[in-house]
Amino acid sequence: MKKLESTWYNMAIVLTAIAVVAGAALGYVNSITAPTIEAIKAQQEKDAEQEVLNGQQGTAIKISDPKGFGGTLTVMVGLAPTGTILGYKVLESSETPGLGAKAQDWFQKGQNGDIIGKQAGNLTVSKDGGDVDAITASTITSRAFLRCINAAYETLSENSADAQSGATQQAGDSNNNI
Amino acid sequence: MKVLLNGIIKENPTFVLLLGMCPTLGTTSSAINGMSMGLATMAVLIFSNLIISLIKNLIPDMVRIPSFIVVIASLVTILQMLIKAYAPEVDKSLGLFIPLIVVNCIILGRAEAFAAKNGVISSVFDGIGMGIGFTIALTLLGAVRELLGTGKVFDMTLYSEDYGALVFVLAPGAFIALGYLIAIMNKIKN
Repeated sequence: MKKLESTWYNMAIVLTAIAVVAGAALGYVNSITAPTIEAIKAQQEKDAEQEVLNGQQGTAIKISDPKGFGGTLTVMVGLAPTGTILGYKVLESSETPGLGAKAQDWFQKGQNGDIIGKQAGNLTVSKDGGDVDAITASTITSRAFLRCINAAYETLSENSADAQSGATQQAGDSNNNI
Repeated sequence: MKVLLNGIIKENPTFVLLLGMCPTLGTTSSAINGMSMGLATMAVLIFSNLIISLIKNLIPDMVRIPSFIVVIASLVTILQMLIKAYAPEVDKSLGLFIPLIVVNCIILGRAEAFAAKNGVISSVFDGIGMGIGFTIALTLLGAVRELLGTGKVFDMTLYSEDYGALVFVLAPGAFIALGYLIAIMNKIKN
């Protein structure tokens, strides 16, 4: 078959046809995968709630901070009624692989930036005068992470009358000074 | 066969053509990341070469670039949705970089330089060859950076992380490691 000429008519028809076919294909794949993606997300959050409480009495709170290094950072934080950190899990992050993405391990028990067992509310990295070691070469991620932890504590104090599981809050919206 | 080897050695997209530097430098902080990125790119490359060689006569010359981009972008988005649904672990480590495959010039380059001029079968083989070449290059670069930076390869510890040079995990290390790998490749070829 000979190649189609570059007339206005041909070009408009061909581009439209390609866009329609591509759109249909995308819509189809999305309709197949969307339920699975939702299910995976819900399951991960449920697992995370269990994991961060670690079998102890407390509240699991999901918090996001919009000012991570690569975008929004979402963390599930487990707090004892007094505000002591029981555990945490990074749910969603766009942090740099190999650097900021280390947050999942860095602040765990026995690691460099160990925060487990500390009192939430006023945690800052050592560069800002606090006593938590920031992830090497990822101070911005570390700050966003600690803002999530502190915001979780605020949520906890606000809801302290009847502690609820899985409350969602946005942290750091008004916090513009990184 | 000749087409296949062409992509792996003679016209290796990373070491010889120096195409697709953004994902090359960005994703190779570890061997496994490099390999996953290579394989994801290969999947898109094979299908884009296949589709474009099939429809090449239907596309008027003046709109060929936008047509190619729509095809490639759709393939990448489909791949991203599939990875999210069926390989959430891969999505966690590579999620950020998958959309970047759209602007990877290897894919548009091969569509333009090969698939638009050749038959379906040789276009698919060109995709496989280029894909393998890209995957090998990224895995190699990832392995070197992971080894020098953290003392591990594919997460197996070879020596203590304390002796690793952090610079190799960061962007400058990517340039340094890539430069030396290209030099070594050139030496071997001569």
